[in-house]
Amino acid sequence: MKVDLTVNGTPISADVEDRMLLVHFVRDVANLTATNIGCDTTSCGACTVLLDGESVKSCTVLAAQASGHEITTVEGLATDGVMHPVQRAFHEQHGLQCGFCTPGMVMAIVSMLKENPDPTEEQVRTGLEGNLCRCTGYHNIVKAALAAAQDITAEVPA
Amino acid sequence: MIPSPFTYKRADSAGEAVDLAAEYGEDAKYLAGGHSLLPLMKLRLAAPEVIIDVGGLHDLSFVTDLGSHVAIGALTRHHDVHHSELLARELPLLAHAAGEVGDPQIRHRGTIGGSVAHADPASDLPAVLLALDATLVARGTDGSREIPIGEFFQSLFETVLEPGELLTEIRVPKPGAGSRGWSFQKFTQRAIDWAIVGVAVQGHRVALVNMAGTPIRAVGVEAALADGASLAAAAAHAAEGTSAASDIRASREYREHLARVLVSRGLTEAASRA
Repeated sequence: MKVDLTVNGTPISADVEDRMLLVHFVRDVANLTATNIGCDTTSCGACTVLLDGESVKSCTVLAAQASGHEITTVEGLATDGVMHPVQRAFHEQHGLQCGFCTPGMVMAIVSMLKENPDPTEEQVRTGLEGNLCRCTGYHNIVKAALAAAQDITAEVPA
Repeated sequence: MIPSPFTYKRADSAGEAVDLAAEYGEDAKYLAGGHSLLPLMKLRLAAPEVIIDVGGLHDLSFVTDLGSHVAIGALTRHHDVHHSELLARELPLLAHAAGEVGDPQIRHRGTIGGSVAHADPASDLPAVLLALDATLVARGTDGSREIPIGEFFQSLFETVLEPGELLTEIRVPKPGAGSRGWSFQKFTQRAIDWAIVGVAVQGHRVALVNMAGTPIRAVGVEAALADGASLAAAAAHAAEGTSAASDIRASREYREHLARVLVSRGLTEAASRA
């Protein structure tokens, strides 16, 4: 079937199998391979992308369901080579070890901060309940989320 | 993991969805948010030949105050149920429990109607809606009918919905004075797991998650409360009439113990909010 998605601002039309999962569309059709497939069972969150600005697990969405909608992956966050505040915070707070969960973590945090721009540490930890870090490096990920929240709030003109 | 092949159809209205379902018969399944059905299809535990995507039917996503009750569109996402100010005010049990389903990503996709129609006894919202005495509205080719939630669940993943019937709305009565106290208790090993056992309390109605093949009322507890028993004495009846499974997560005996403990906590918390 023909699907029309906008991925990181670029319209992409493709003829795909009806059963194609969004994560395979992102990786194999859009050729954006930062988004990882971890558990493939809606548990680990490594495949998290934004669908119309909200975090979803792209292993559990059909490309067909996303047709007509906007997808954002971690590759789409930086503007003109300048990292998104959440990316910058991961760098500065050492929010990653092996890096496998990182694209999903970053996208989950971008979505969380959109809904709650000034979360408590507890809210960050609860808000990341759908993302697993196999290095168990959660502490610096939470620090990065909190630092990014401060950074984003500071950037908003008073 | 990839589902077995199927034909994808997107419905643009509830009427079109019902017509498509009638056309394809038992080979077709409705897809709402897809967070129960797609995982089963990826595991090849479900292999429908036709998927009718109703996820885009925005007119079935609403929360409306109708005086004596609140009407909730079947395609209202857990995220929107959780963040509804109307539900937080009138049906805090439901608003709270919706925020306990899965994780934020799942709540961005999963819908209340999808969860109820899927009829997984380990899901949170079916038991919550049982405690709230909801009425379900289903649409078929011959029009709509109302189904009391107490008659809806038949067995594991089985409901009274006819093939092709589409759940469109959930009507929840507002709890009256004296039954406003509520509690939701969910016991899990990890944050995003299904409940090993869960308990929903609204006033003196108590429903259990994962204690039988369907969500069920804790009839022994409710009867004891009606007879004037203390909360602790009533909670001791929590496992009566249940048929909990033993599985990799917990034995039946452990689930029965959890039910008594969680009902006790739930009744105490509900009383503190009455």
